[in-house]
Amino acid sequence: MTIDDDQLDRSFAALADPVRRAMIARLSRGPATVNELAEPFPITKQAVSRHIQVLETAGLITRTRDGQRRPCHLVPAALEALTSWIDEYRLETERRFRRMDALLTSVKEQEQ
Amino acid sequence: MSETTINIPAGTPFVEVTREFDATPAQLFRIMSDRDLVAQWLGPRDLDATVEEYDVRTGGRYRYIHRDESGEYAFRGVFHTVEPDKMVIQTFEWEGAPGEVCIEKMTLEPTEKGVRLHQQSVFPSVEARDQSVEYGMESGIHDSMARLAELLAKES
Repeated sequence: MTIDDDQLDRSFAALADPVRRAMIARLSRGPATVNELAEPFPITKQAVSRHIQVLETAGLITRTRDGQRRPCHLVPAALEALTSWIDEYRLETERRFRRMDALLTSVKEQEQ
Repeated sequence: MSETTINIPAGTPFVEVTREFDATPAQLFRIMSDRDLVAQWLGPRDLDATVEEYDVRTGGRYRYIHRDESGEYAFRGVFHTVEPDKMVIQTFEWEGAPGEVCIEKMTLEPTEKGVRLHQQSVFPSVEARDQSVEYGMESGIHDSMARLAELLAKES
């Protein structure tokens, strides 16, 4: 999966809000309707819908139709793309250290 | 497995990395100072690294070149202070951005398990640091994409 800059911008912007992060946390436990998502917040239903739209545009959630209900679902792959982007610097450093581990093993064998 | 901790505090020109190795300080120092061994682990990629010079002693110099499909990247610096098996202070400069010199201090400390490598880098500016970190991320992403592509080619 390629992570383009626009996607990263939209995703990080979407997560730069406590209400939307709480929604993501709620959805990580399973799908939820707009009403269920709105419940913990003292904000209008309109504002909730706007937050959901931001998350949907960022590709972090999707909405399906289930009869009259339109539950929201988390897109785990989109979140993984974000964490892997954050982790890349660490991984690159870790890769170098693993090469050093392997080299140290052969250095130790030579010494014996 | 040893854990790598990396500190990149926002708004500062610092990067701090700590990692423990299952080896003696002398063994770790050896792979950090033997030119042929250095060539085998020096990042950002393990392929096509040419170590021209790697003279790890106070006043010594180093220069190495990475090559990939997008071109050549040369890095150079001097070893300001070297205390074998204990500490190295060196400069680091990518020749593509001359004058943006980073100072790195590495200490090797014996632990119960082996040896702890602690590396502190000070970049000339917050911008230079962020750019360098971002480049590390990008090359990491390219690297993993390339590996993934290789893997997929094998599987199919």
